Amino acid sequence: MADSTCIEAVGPLTELHVADVALVRGERMVQRALNFRVIAGHSIVIGGRNGAGKTSLLRAIAGLLEPRSGSIVLRLSDGRALASGEDRGPFVGWIGHLDAIKPQLTPAEHLEFHLRYHRRKRRIADALTQSGLTELRDVPAQYLSTGQQRRIAFARLILVGRPLWLLDEPLSTLDPHGKNLVRDLITRHCAEGGIVLAASHEPLGTETQVLELT
Amino acid sequence: MSIVALMARDLRLATRAGGGTFLALAFFAATMTLVPLGLGPQLRLLAAVAAGILWVAAVLAALLSLDRLFQADFADGSLDLLSLGPLSLESIAFAKIAAHWLTTGLPLTFLAPLTALLFDLPGRGYGVLVTSLAIGSPAVSAIGAIGASLTMSIRRGGLILPLLVMPLLAPVVIFGAGSVKAAIDDSPNAALLFLAAFSLAAVLLSPFAAAAGLRLNLHA
Repeated sequence: MADSTCIEAVGPLTELHVADVALVRGERMVQRALNFRVIAGHSIVIGGRNGAGKTSLLRAIAGLLEPRSGSIVLRLSDGRALASGEDRGPFVGWIGHLDAIKPQLTPAEHLEFHLRYHRRKRRIADALTQSGLTELRDVPAQYLSTGQQRRIAFARLILVGRPLWLLDEPLSTLDPHGKNLVRDLITRHCAEGGIVLAASHEPLGTETQVLELT
Repeated sequence: MSIVALMARDLRLATRAGGGTFLALAFFAATMTLVPLGLGPQLRLLAAVAAGILWVAAVLAALLSLDRLFQADFADGSLDLLSLGPLSLESIAFAKIAAHWLTTGLPLTFLAPLTALLFDLPGRGYGVLVTSLAIGSPAVSAIGAIGASLTMSIRRGGLILPLLVMPLLAPVVIFGAGSVKAAIDDSPNAALLFLAAFSLAAVLLSPFAAAAGLRLNLHA
């Protein structure tokens, strides 16, 4: 990673601040008072046993789940502080434990749809190459393995280009080559001033900190 | 345009293998073929019940594919991703309602006059039949979407959805079938106007109701 050294590139974020957040899943309290801060350019891994609230935390940060109490604030480099989930949404690059892949559509069709949906003018060829999907670009996703489908999700993440990446078990279905690819992507994203939060049972190797949920 | 992109994606999914369009049309055609066989060759009876049966069959056929309207996107995580995009849940609901109508309501509108031949529908009924379906079928997709948003997290939501939605669709069937009957009987009647008013209100208001249902399930 030659370009990971130039950290002066300034992204639109300055920090993500989670203060006294309590999370409820169904009727069950999974976290009572979470406090942490992630500064732009850093990636952290969220660990913890099954059911500790890793996914709930990611959903709460993305604005997909309302925390029971506490505040989640995303500070931008222009001084704005986004405290409501709805405002944070446009900054979130999301890979959930489900890949949001339609079996009938090809990788190219997935990416073209998301480019148009997010009103981005980019070329999908680069993202396909980066995620190792160039030769599979016109194969319907139902004929692809779960790892290859996960690669579509990463290609989509690159293309849509959001500064705050929230990844749920990003390495789980990938082969060693895919895992290295994800590590490279995360390193590069942090170097560009982004923030990465990944719920993962295995270390990513790129994280500056591990947050262990209990 | 994000909303056009979403509609185009849904149209593509509906017309590919596993999509609901062909199923709904086949269900409609099969029902409309079976009913005359069941009632027997009494042309006067068939002509009298044609409008009512047509409208009920069209509503049932549209409901058949409605349970997957949001459920498919909810179950595979797409809805999370869509809601983090530039569209509000209201716009997402509207785009999906529009795509559903384009892939079921609209083709049903064109298929209906063909199946009406089996009922010996009098000639002056056809124009009104097509008009009433064109005006009324958007309301079926729109009101159905409210039910679909509420049942999307339920595994067998497909069975609950018609129970929720059908009572709300009674005005569509009453005015839709009524307008055709009135045309056949040559009696003056404002059923088409009532149908248009109901449909317009349904299409305008139900994206908001459906979005509320989506929010309820998505943020739970």
